[in-house]
Amino acid sequence: MNRTVNIISKNFKKYNPESIEEYLELGGFEALKKAIEMGPQEIISTLKTSGLKGRGGAAFSTGRKWEYSANVKGDKKFIICNADEGEPATFKDRYLLEYDPFKVIEGMIIAAYTTGSTDGYIYIREEYKYLHNKVRKAIELAEKHGFLGKNILGSGLNFNIKVVSGAGAYVCGESTALIESIEGKSGRPRLKLTRTSKQGLFGLPTLVNNVETLAAVPPILEMGVEEYIKYGTHTSKGTKLISLCGNVNKPGAYEVPFGITLREIIYDIGGGIKDGKQLKFLQLGGASGAIIPAKLIDIKYCYEDLEEHGASVGSGAILVADETNKVTHFLKSVQDFFIHESCGKCTPCREGNRQLTKIINRFVTGNASVEDLKTVEKFANVMKYASFCGLGQTAPTALLTAIKYFPVEFYQQIDRIRKTS
Amino acid sequence: MDKFKVDQELIAKIDRILESYDYDDNSVVNILLEIQSHIPENYIPEEVAKYVGIELGIPTSKVYDVITFFSAINDKPKGRHVVQLCKSSVCRLNKYQTIRDVLEEELKIKMGETTKDGQFTLQYSTCFGACDISPAFRIDDKVYGNLTKGKIKEIINTYRGL
Amino acid sequence: MKNCTITIDNKEVTVPEGTSILEAAKKVSINIPTLCNHPDQTVKANCRICLVETKPGKLETACSTKVRDGMTINTVSKLVRDTQRGVLELILANHPQDCLKCIRNGKCELQKLCEMFHISKSNLEDEIDALEKDESNPSIVRDHSKCIKCNRCIEVCQEVQGVSILSHAHRSTKYCITPAFEKKLVNTLCVFCGQCTSVCPVGALYEKDDTEKVWNALYNDNLHVIVQIAPAVRVSIGEEFGAKPGTKVTGKVVAALRRLGFDKVFDTDFTADLTIMEEGHELLDRINRGGTLPMITSCSPGWINYIEGFYPQLLDHLSSCKSPQQMFGALSKTYYAKKLDLDPSQIFTVSIMPCTAKKYEAERKEMSSYGYRDVDAVLTTRELARMIKSASIDFLNIEEENFDEPFGITTGAGVIFGVTGGVMEAALRTVYEVVTEHELENLDFMDVRGLEGIKEATVDLNGTPIKVAVAHGLSNAKKILNQINEGKSDYTFIEVMCCPGGCIGGGGQPIGSTMKVREERIKGIYDVDKVMPLRKSHENPAVKELYEEFLGQPLGKISHKLLHTTYSPRSEKIDFDYLQWNNEIALTEE
Repeated sequence: MNRTVNIISKNFKKYNPESIEEYLELGGFEALKKAIEMGPQEIISTLKTSGLKGRGGAAFSTGRKWEYSANVKGDKKFIICNADEGEPATFKDRYLLEYDPFKVIEGMIIAAYTTGSTDGYIYIREEYKYLHNKVRKAIELAEKHGFLGKNILGSGLNFNIKVVSGAGAYVCGESTALIESIEGKSGRPRLKLTRTSKQGLFGLPTLVNNVETLAAVPPILEMGVEEYIKYGTHTSKGTKLISLCGNVNKPGAYEVPFGITLREIIYDIGGGIKDGKQLKFLQLGGASGAIIPAKLIDIKYCYEDLEEHGASVGSGAILVADETNKVTHFLKSVQDFFIHESCGKCTPCREGNRQLTKIINRFVTGNASVEDLKTVEKFANVMKYASFCGLGQTAPTALLTAIKYFPVEFYQQIDRIRKTS
Repeated sequence: MDKFKVDQELIAKIDRILESYDYDDNSVVNILLEIQSHIPENYIPEEVAKYVGIELGIPTSKVYDVITFFSAINDKPKGRHVVQLCKSSVCRLNKYQTIRDVLEEELKIKMGETTKDGQFTLQYSTCFGACDISPAFRIDDKVYGNLTKGKIKEIINTYRGL
Repeated sequence: MKNCTITIDNKEVTVPEGTSILEAAKKVSINIPTLCNHPDQTVKANCRICLVETKPGKLETACSTKVRDGMTINTVSKLVRDTQRGVLELILANHPQDCLKCIRNGKCELQKLCEMFHISKSNLEDEIDALEKDESNPSIVRDHSKCIKCNRCIEVCQEVQGVSILSHAHRSTKYCITPAFEKKLVNTLCVFCGQCTSVCPVGALYEKDDTEKVWNALYNDNLHVIVQIAPAVRVSIGEEFGAKPGTKVTGKVVAALRRLGFDKVFDTDFTADLTIMEEGHELLDRINRGGTLPMITSCSPGWINYIEGFYPQLLDHLSSCKSPQQMFGALSKTYYAKKLDLDPSQIFTVSIMPCTAKKYEAERKEMSSYGYRDVDAVLTTRELARMIKSASIDFLNIEEENFDEPFGITTGAGVIFGVTGGVMEAALRTVYEVVTEHELENLDFMDVRGLEGIKEATVDLNGTPIKVAVAHGLSNAKKILNQINEGKSDYTFIEVMCCPGGCIGGGGQPIGSTMKVREERIKGIYDVDKVMPLRKSHENPAVKELYEEFLGQPLGKISHKLLHTTYSPRSEKIDFDYLQWNNEIALTEE
């Protein structure tokens, strides 16, 4: 039984994404009209009730975030839709931009209305270049139909959206790094002495939200929050877009209710492991996510249960690895990613990644020493606690959880004769 | 670094691009991406970096920072078409090596190299979000997945103009 | 102002809202270790050394985190100490371990932290970035391999000086601080002010060391080695031996130099007085004959490098006077040589300067007279301190001695050249009296003193008010130049000093030149001026004698030949081929 749902992904492949008329026929922009009737206060309390949390991975309460932004006064305020989606194994935002761009735009307009924002940016990663002009055209169409521009639907809201391209840097998914890049600088995370909601892009009030977060708002308003929270668990309400990939038969982006088990996701939705192999482990939330062994497959996919086991929902990526994969070798792919993407500014991440790469390479070739295991764990923790931004803090997560759940794999790669330096 | 001849035609193109962005120094990242797409060797030469810096009022050292920071902006010349093969976690699980072997055979170069006629550069890249059709590669802006040996050959040939 | 009460390591303290944890900890005598932090710069928080535990299991940087009422902070928990050590071990794995041979041995902030943390060998494999050392220019050396990427040099180069030669570039382990395209400094528009060497916590940026050159000259019995000391040095070099900033140690420096073997010890203040004579008359000449105004001072070589590189269209505004260092050098190979009946080739002129750009200035093509370099070697304050230490001189206790004559007689006006506003004040003291033929009641022009970026004053010269400006730090100079460029400048005379605070804040000064230290050095200079018997340049008897015996008149033919210079636009490619210059070839000139 396939427990996928169609709330956020309701319109996927159901209309021509280049036609705003078809979007309108499917009930498009009704949520915006409803939002204008509700007014900012009610929208915020609705979002709080919905339990919607940031879908890029940070999982901060969207209702509270919009509330902070709404309370900041400013003649010019920004909304940034973070479509950088650099997290490996994640592609759900791509689906949203490709199959339902108007929904994302609608979500942004509702956010602008709620927070009193004037200018919007959709920051799309360079690797999705083939979508940039499509999204630009969708914006143009929205403008033509009066959903963007001045006094939108008579609400008094003046709001415009621009598409900005990324340039190949995972770290620009971090909101201050993203802002630096829009300001024409290298995308190195900024020190946040003041909240971005007060001082963000160009020093002005800025709200940064993930694509899915914004796309979830119109359906919640449209169907009503009471209906929405019927899905999910007590503390993880509603539904989530997951990116299922790896050694499964049916990789793809699916929408699931929180509380579904991992087993159901992999076998019912994903069609099970390719070539009849056995499941060995999962990585949840992308390269920065925890590694979960197959034996935990019956836990529920929701924030609280995952946290209990040292994992998190993150971006919603679910990577499936079968028995042919050695954990140490898999970790090399994660480590290669982070050493490539580290911005280099802070010592723990730059030097930590440098050292972790050396040691993990030794585990891969079977030349590791006994001290290597201690060293790699020590410095993984230094990175976790001392790094300047989320990249460095979460880069060692996979390694630390792998050591916890698959210690034997590490011991097997230790060359007992070898001593370190 | 080899001397790159900046000719009038290129300067005119650059000026048009700068104009389209209103000479806004905040847009330098997108400006450089666009200029790069007009340079056959797919990179930003030093002379162009200096020129852009002067026109936008940005110190050359900061333009250099932008060029070297972002993976999509190249500071060294590449082939006309850049073939990027993903080597990140999902594509590794799905054995990117099979694609690599076909590409290396087809283009007659190894990973990291450029063909003698300057048409293709073959290089690794990090995840570009095509994990559902993994293993995958990009050529310029297009993404290719769900591949077979025959499909790969076909794809390369379209870029060869065949 | 709201207050917050917090607990740090079990001690309660109340501080105003908005205080950082770092500042709050100081109030209870805890100096949380830092590395990238600098009192005059913005908070960066990228070294991650100052981490403290603000909640069980949560670490935050003390420099950037403001206190919150009720916070309980632990700076010595296991998590904090293990993490701090871990960060330090990571820095060290990327840092050469050759402290014994490093120029900052004993003065290095990284070394201090290692001592504090009692660091021993970690299990990490060292991997040091193998980038080439940049020794391409006469003033500054950049040793990438020692860089800990604190970003202090970037801030001083981009924000304080506004020159932006240095920036960070690349990502991950290739991340480095570099000029565009990894060019060597000599191929950029770097002005060699050395402010970067002043803020660097380790030995990644430092002055070119010319001490061997000077020792070799001193060993050479065939050379008559003379030395001139800049005004700023006398209130700063004491710091290298433990004295407070601003302590006057003039007599000790003179004595130490004699112990080192210099044949004669002179005072750059002398030629500072001379500069006032030439420049004062140049100013009056321009005012009376409708010459290019505003006229801008030209004694700061970092400033000259700046205007030549960034505003070459305004070069006509510069005074044509050489700096006091160079005027001294020119006289040493002509007037002085004649006086002592020595061949100029036998004279080796050294200067002790607070400045790294002076090394570049001494090697400029124009800075020679009759085929001989005006100045043969420039040592920064730091280098002289090293020489004195290596000669085992007990500096603080040495008996004071006096300068030699004739170049040892100076005035207070010469001394104040070392601070921002000093050249202006010295010039006004003379120009006022020359024009009005009245004596000044009060010699202290307070309007041009102090650390404000741009200072203005209006002086009444016989009914004509002239407006003057004083700028220090190149980003302030830029503001003034933009005004001139746009035709909006109503100043007649402008003093520009490249370094914040003037020469006392120069790039060659003792390490630790914070704004606070600069203030103390400035006070030291004005204190010296206050008690000098002569305080106006035109009253210097030795200067008067020089004109009578040799120069004739200010701006006369000989002055023009020896004491004035020309400027030319700098391009990014600089040709130093002329450094292979041979004195024999030069003798055929004039």
